[in-house]
Amino acid sequence: MRRSGFLTYGSATRIFVLAAIVALPFADLTVSALHPGAEFRRLLAGVLSPAFSAIEIWSVVWTVAFAVLGVAAGGTAGLILALFFDRSRLVRLAAAFLRSVHELFWALLLLQITGLSPVTGILAIALPYSGIFAKVFAELFEEADKSAETVLPHRTSALSRFAFARFPVVAQQLKTYTLYRLECGLRSTLVLGFVGLPTIGFHLESYFKEGHYAEAAALLATFYVLIGTRRLWARPWTVPVLALASLLVLPEASGNGSTWSNLARFFGHDIIPAPLRSGSLWQSESWRALGAWAWRITAHQIAPGTVQTLILAQIALVAAGALALLLYPMVSRRFLGQIGHYLGRAMLVVTRSTPEYMLAYLLLQLMGPSMLPAIIALSLHNGAIIGYLLGRQADQLPLRVDAPAGANLYFYQTTPSLYGQFLAYLLYRWELILRESAIFGILGVKTLGYYVDAAISELRLDTAALLIVGVAILSMSVDTLSRNLRRRLRIEALPVRLSADHRVSSPRATEAYEPAHARQPIV
Amino acid sequence: MAAAIRLDRVSAGYDGTPVLHDITLSIEPGERVGIIGRSGAGKSTLLTTIYRRYPECTALIPQASALVGNLSVFHNVFMGCLDRHSTLYNLRTLVWPPAGEIAAVARVLEAVGLEEKLFAKAGELSGGQQQRTSVARAMLNARPIVLGDEPVSALDRVQAGDVLRVLSERHETKIFAMHDIRLALEHTDRIILLEGGRILLDEPSTHLSYERLLPHFEGEPQ
Repeated sequence: MRRSGFLTYGSATRIFVLAAIVALPFADLTVSALHPGAEFRRLLAGVLSPAFSAIEIWSVVWTVAFAVLGVAAGGTAGLILALFFDRSRLVRLAAAFLRSVHELFWALLLLQITGLSPVTGILAIALPYSGIFAKVFAELFEEADKSAETVLPHRTSALSRFAFARFPVVAQQLKTYTLYRLECGLRSTLVLGFVGLPTIGFHLESYFKEGHYAEAAALLATFYVLIGTRRLWARPWTVPVLALASLLVLPEASGNGSTWSNLARFFGHDIIPAPLRSGSLWQSESWRALGAWAWRITAHQIAPGTVQTLILAQIALVAAGALALLLYPMVSRRFLGQIGHYLGRAMLVVTRSTPEYMLAYLLLQLMGPSMLPAIIALSLHNGAIIGYLLGRQADQLPLRVDAPAGANLYFYQTTPSLYGQFLAYLLYRWELILRESAIFGILGVKTLGYYVDAAISELRLDTAALLIVGVAILSMSVDTLSRNLRRRLRIEALPVRLSADHRVSSPRATEAYEPAHARQPIV
Repeated sequence: MAAAIRLDRVSAGYDGTPVLHDITLSIEPGERVGIIGRSGAGKSTLLTTIYRRYPECTALIPQASALVGNLSVFHNVFMGCLDRHSTLYNLRTLVWPPAGEIAAVARVLEAVGLEEKLFAKAGELSGGQQQRTSVARAMLNARPIVLGDEPVSALDRVQAGDVLRVLSERHETKIFAMHDIRLALEHTDRIILLEGGRILLDEPSTHLSYERLLPHFEGEPQ
């Protein structure tokens, strides 16, 4: 049944592992810090005695405000895009482009137009999130029960059709997903602080850099509490209140000129390729110069950046997979009983709340610059998430009464049963890992983000724009490849979104998720 | 008088699998027609085919009640007349229903004995209550022809009879797909028996009997 062409679970695994092994010699894995051990002990000491008095409370408030408004704007735009998703190729393409560019890249570009202002923070979240929302909402509409719609009177208007027979059917799922996205929005907003916006990340960066670990630990603990209590404060009826309050507390822009003149300069001058700015568009000379310009960037920046990005993503992907297979029995009741269950909850909260970018930054401070911190951050984050999801699924597997225990259960029952699901999660996360790998260039690893960051700091925005388009094309290609592989492995219908596995509190929500479970094949 | 429904050598199917073959059929206004046959004979396909060909004058009661579980019974029934109002009015009714509409919906709900569930969530109703909500939606739609696909399958005999009677009063022409032979004989004037996607028999109900039809349902519970 699993066989489809030459690709099997086994051969797919071998190809991915082999690619990672081939990539390994090309990756810089050195630890260059002189005393990483001593620095790590100082970090531990700081974590054990967090300095809560030092917390910059406004950075926490602004993190929430940017996230709420960014997710609200992205969700609204995404909902509108979702309505035209299956009808318009242009909308699908726009959504794919929006989500393939990381929020940090959007922030770096927006800083040139709207400066260090709330608009930059909100748009940097809203733009990529609208692309994500459009895709997920469109999928939810597509999978929804359409029977009520078919019975509507013949001449019912499109809007009435939507409001009565389409929207209410999926309202519950849209709500759950949007509130889950708010959690991602909080993480993304924290990270925006690392490029200068006044969120939690702004202070974390300086604390980490100066070794003020007690202050960093306190700030981070506050953030964990914020995420951990999200279900208490982010509810459908609190959203309007949150949005209004967020608007009122926004910080003032520390601007550099008017937005409109910046916007005109950005599109009229900055991102126009340099050879076209001076020369006339009618001269073949300028076009030849443009070709040379594009070729130079492709050969010297896009090509090496892409290779490094792929190397990092490949190693991190395989390491995350290995970690997930290692971790899932530890969070499963089948292996560790109730302890496993609590371990799993704790692991999920910590990994979900810790942004990979921040983790990579911290590890970089501890270990010195190389690809190693990036690999560790990516594989820890993704491995823990997939491990948690697999552990939950292992608990739900129907086992026969005389099923083996321990290692035999692991190798003969649960792992083979979960392997398709494992590959589905991993292939889905491939694109996320790749996007993040490109971004880690800002930290000094020579992936595509490194060249983007360098171009922006030299104010060569035309180069930066071309590089970002390169990143977008790369991540869209990996997304397509991942979907094709999942189709060929016949695991395309398995659930992959983290939000779809949420512990559901009300029976209504359980009902809403039943289709996803029902789609799991009997292995 | 022009026929309400006329099919001339119509074939239909799903995903390339033919279900109906060469159906020729004419139904006059005012008729009460029962379409019977074992499951898979093509009853639902025949009703859907008629519904698609006569979208302006038919109201469909689908086999699965096809309600929006998150909305109230009122809103589900009101969906039957969305085409009669402006979009703005419909949206307003979604949020804040006008008293006139509530009264109109309450009237049809009363006819099917469900008036006390007016603002209950449709998803929380029992199967029989959902089916009656679906019937009420078709009644509010008030098209001259009603197409009922097993419209009373989840109700007991007495309720089933009542619901079929109110449907008959409300709509001029009635076409019901049914699997209960006795109910069909009792509540329709003309019986069309489908088998393997073809019309095997088309006669007035008075010419037929339970005993004569029963052999065509061999292996199915009655």
